Amino acid sequence: MLAAIGVSSVEELFRDIPEGVRFERELDIGPALSEQELSRHLEELAARNVDSGKELSFLGAGIYDHYVPAVVDTVLQRGELLTAYTPYQPEMSQGVLQAIFEYQTVICELTGMDVSNASGYDGTTVAADACFVAKHATGRTKVVVTQATNPQVRQVVKTYAPGFGLEVVEVPHRGGATDPDELREAATDAACVIFQQPNFFGVLEPAPELAAAANETGAIAVAHVDPISLGVLEAPGVYGCGMAIGEGQSAGNYQSFAGPHYGFLAAKHDFIRRMPGRIVGETLDTAGERGYVLTLQTREQHIRREKATSNITTNQTLLALGGLVHLSWLGPQGLREVGETCMSLAQYAKSRLAEAGFQPLFPEQTTFKEFAIGAGRNAQDAIRTTRERGVHPGYALGRDYEGLDDALLVAVTERRTPADIDRLVEALSTR
Amino acid sequence: MKLIFEKSQTGRRGGDLPNYELPPAKVPDALRRETPPRLPELAEPEIVRHFTELSTRNFGIDTGFYPLGSCTMKYNPRVNERLAMLPGFRDLHPYQDEDAIQGALELMWRLQEALIEVSGLQACSLQPAAGSQGELTGLMLMRAYFADRGEGDTRDTIITADTAHGTNPASVTMAGYKLAKVETDARGNVDVAHLREMVDEHTAGLMLTNPSTLGLFDEHIEEIAGIFHQAGALLYYDGANLNAVCGISRPGDMGFDIVHINLHKTFSQPHGGGGPGGGPIVVRDKLEPFLPVPAVVQDGDRFALDYDRPKSIGKVRGFTGPFGVFVRSYAYIRSYGPRLREMSEVAVLNANYLLARMREGYDLPYDRLAMHEFVLSARTLKREHGVSALDVAKRLMDYGFHPPTIYFPLVVPEALMIEPTETEAKETLDEFADAMLAIAREAEEDPELLHEAPHGRPVKRLDEVLAAKRAIVKYGFEDHPDLGATPQQPRQLEAQKGA
Repeated sequence: MLAAIGVSSVEELFRDIPEGVRFERELDIGPALSEQELSRHLEELAARNVDSGKELSFLGAGIYDHYVPAVVDTVLQRGELLTAYTPYQPEMSQGVLQAIFEYQTVICELTGMDVSNASGYDGTTVAADACFVAKHATGRTKVVVTQATNPQVRQVVKTYAPGFGLEVVEVPHRGGATDPDELREAATDAACVIFQQPNFFGVLEPAPELAAAANETGAIAVAHVDPISLGVLEAPGVYGCGMAIGEGQSAGNYQSFAGPHYGFLAAKHDFIRRMPGRIVGETLDTAGERGYVLTLQTREQHIRREKATSNITTNQTLLALGGLVHLSWLGPQGLREVGETCMSLAQYAKSRLAEAGFQPLFPEQTTFKEFAIGAGRNAQDAIRTTRERGVHPGYALGRDYEGLDDALLVAVTERRTPADIDRLVEALSTR
Repeated sequence: MKLIFEKSQTGRRGGDLPNYELPPAKVPDALRRETPPRLPELAEPEIVRHFTELSTRNFGIDTGFYPLGSCTMKYNPRVNERLAMLPGFRDLHPYQDEDAIQGALELMWRLQEALIEVSGLQACSLQPAAGSQGELTGLMLMRAYFADRGEGDTRDTIITADTAHGTNPASVTMAGYKLAKVETDARGNVDVAHLREMVDEHTAGLMLTNPSTLGLFDEHIEEIAGIFHQAGALLYYDGANLNAVCGISRPGDMGFDIVHINLHKTFSQPHGGGGPGGGPIVVRDKLEPFLPVPAVVQDGDRFALDYDRPKSIGKVRGFTGPFGVFVRSYAYIRSYGPRLREMSEVAVLNANYLLARMREGYDLPYDRLAMHEFVLSARTLKREHGVSALDVAKRLMDYGFHPPTIYFPLVVPEALMIEPTETEAKETLDEFADAMLAIAREAEEDPELLHEAPHGRPVKRLDEVLAAKRAIVKYGFEDHPDLGATPQQPRQLEAQKGA
C-alpha cells in the first residue's frame, strides 16, 4: 500500500503536520483491553450502580421506568438500521426514511399537529428550538415558561436564550397549577408560552385555558407533553396550541441514566418552513413509485448555513424509531390502557399514602402518573431512610423549588404493582 | 412497500398490559381525549416483519463499505451494544443518589480523562448531545468568557473557513455572533494573509476543522493560533475529523482552546440512521469555570456531580448527557488504549491508498498527501461527458457501495468526498477503487447508464423537488394524496448534499 502511495513509511504520510504540533509520547489512557477484559471492566462498573432491578423505584421527574417491549430491542439491533448514517442518499436509505415518515405521522397523530421533525436531542432542547421558531415567526423577543414546567427544560431555555436574543419570563404556579389570567398577563408581547401537561408536579393543567390565554396575546402556545399520556389526554393541536414538544423517553426508551433519548417537536402547518431539523417527505421515483427523501432542506444548515433554522444534523433517529415500535406495539387501545393503568395505580398510591399520613401537596388538583406529597420530614432524609428498606420513594422537590424541602414527587408507571405501592407506603412509614 | 398504517387492522394489537383490577381513574371531561390517535394496529409478528422489511431496504456499515466523507463510518463493535444494555447502565435513573450511581459517574469521569488526554486540553463536559450542539456550547463558553473579562460587547464576530461544515455558520448565528469567512489558499490551507486582515479587536474566535473538510492538515496552524491568541481571541476545533490525528497531533497542542468530539464518528457510537450522537467539549483550563453544570468530578475515591459553578453557562441538555453513548465510546477507547494512534494511522493509510488508486479517473483539486479523507472532483466527467458527481454517486450503489459525500466542501465543484476509515480491508478498498474507475469509463462509453442509476435499489432515483413542493410529511390516512395520479414532467433532480 505504501508503494502505491509513493511513500516509504507510515510516518511519512503525516509529513504535512508541522513538527511543533506532533505528539511524541504514547497516549496515557490505560492499556488496550481484549473483549473479555473490557467486558469484565465494564461489568464491574455497572455492578457499582443500583439499577431499578435492585431497588424498587418511584423516581420520575422527567425520566420514567415504563415497560419497553422486547420487540423494540429486536428492531433497534437490526444492523442495517443501527449502523446507517443520516439518510443523505435516499435510494440507500428507504428503510430509515420510511420509518421516520411513520414516526412523524405517529407524533402528529398524538399531538394533533400537521408536521413533526425527525426528532430533537431530548425534551429540553426541543423547548429551546420552539423558542427559536417562535421568535422568527412573531418577531418578538420574549418567551414565557411556567414554573410548573420541568426545571431541566427551563434551565436549557435560559442557557440558549441570550444567543437567540430572547428574554425569559417565568410564571409561578398557584397550588400546583398555572393560573390562566396570570399567564395571559405575562404573555403580552411574548413570542411563545411554554407550559407542561401534565406539569412537573404531575398535575393536569387547565391546558385549553392556558393555550387560549397565550393566543389572546398573539403568543404561540407551546405544550410540553408526555407521549404516554396522549391516549388519555387531549391532543394540544385540538385545544389551540401552535406547537407541541416533549421528551419521548417514556415511549420506547430505557431510562439509561437520561440518555440517549429523543425529543419531539411538532407544529401546525403555518410553521412548516421554520421547523428545525430533518423532515422526511413523500415523493416518487423516476418510475413513478412511491419513496421517501429528506425534504424542505433549504431550511437546513448544509444549504442555508448561517441563515438556517437550526444547526442540528445528527438527531436521535434510532431512539425515535424505538418510540415508533413501542407505540405500534401498543396501538391506540394499548396506549389508552397504559395511561389509564398509570393513572389508577397513581391514584391508589396517592390514597394509600394519604391514609398513612403522607398528604398530597396539592389536594385540589387532578394528577396523572406522578404526584407530590408531604414527606413529614426533610425529603432527602426520607429518601435515605426509605432506601435502607430497598425502596426509592421519589424525587426531592426541594432540589428545584424553594420552600418544598419536605416534598416528594412520586412517579408510578405501569411497571409498579399494587404490592409495590404497599411496600412504598410501609418503607416510607417506618422511621 | 406499504406504510405500517396501511397494514393496520382495527382492534389488532402487539401485546397486552397487566390488569391490576384497580378502580379506574377519572380524567376531567375538558381534558379527556376525544378522538383516539390513529396508531398502527398490528400483531407482533406483523410488526417484526414490517421493520425487518424496512431494514432490508436500508444500507448500514454492517451491509457494506460506507465511505461517506466527514462522517467516519467505521465498524461498530458489537460488544459495546451488549455492554450498554447491562441493567446497571440501562436501568439507571439520573436522580438516584450518588452512592447508587458510582459506577456510572466513574465511567463518565474516565471518559472525560481519556478525551482530555486525546485533545491535549484540561477540562471536559460530556453534556452536549451531538457535534453541532458541542459547537454551540463552545460558542456560549466564548461569550461567557469574554463577558467575564468585560469584552462581551466588543468581541462580536466569529471567523469560519469557506470549507467549514454548514453547522459552523449555523451555530455562530444561534450563539448570537456575527459571521466572517476566511478563504482557502491554493494548497488547501487557510489563507493566512486574508486571515491577518480580518482579525481585530471585534474577533471573538475562529472555528476550524483540522484536518479540514478537504482532508488536508493545515500547514500554518501554529501561525494561525498565534494570530488569534495575540489578538486575545479564542480558537475552536471542530472535532469531526479527529479520526485522522488521535495520538498523532492534539488540538490543544495545535493551539486550540475549545474542542468538540463526535463520539458517533471517531469513537464508534453507531449512528442509528441519524443519531444518537455525542458531542463532548474539552477546553483549556481558563474556560473550565464556564462549562455546563453539573460537572462530573473525582473526590478522593468517590465520584460526584458538582453543581456549584457560579460562572457556568447553565445547561445545554437534560441531566449529564447521552449516557448510553458514553458507555459505547468509553468501551471503544479502552479496547484501543494507546493503539488509538494505530487507528488513526491506518485510517490515513487507507485514505491515501484509495486516493492513489483513484486519481487517474478523477480530478484531484489539491494534490497533497491526504489525511483520513480526500476530495476528488468529477469536473472533467461533467464537462466532457455530462456526468455529474450525483450520477457517479448513484451508479456506485449498483456496485454495492454507499456513495461518498457529494457537493461538499463547497469550494470544490462536483466534489466527491471519500473517507474509508481504518476498519476496511485492502480488498474492500481495491473493489471500491475498481468500481470508481469502472464508473469513470462508463461515463465515457454510456453516460445514460449513469444518468439513470441506480438500477438495482428498491427505488429508482427520487424526485426531491416534488417532495419539497408538495411537502407531504405525514400519512393522511383516507385523505392521503396520490402523487402518482398526476403524471410528472421529467425534471432535473436536486442533489443531496452530505455531512
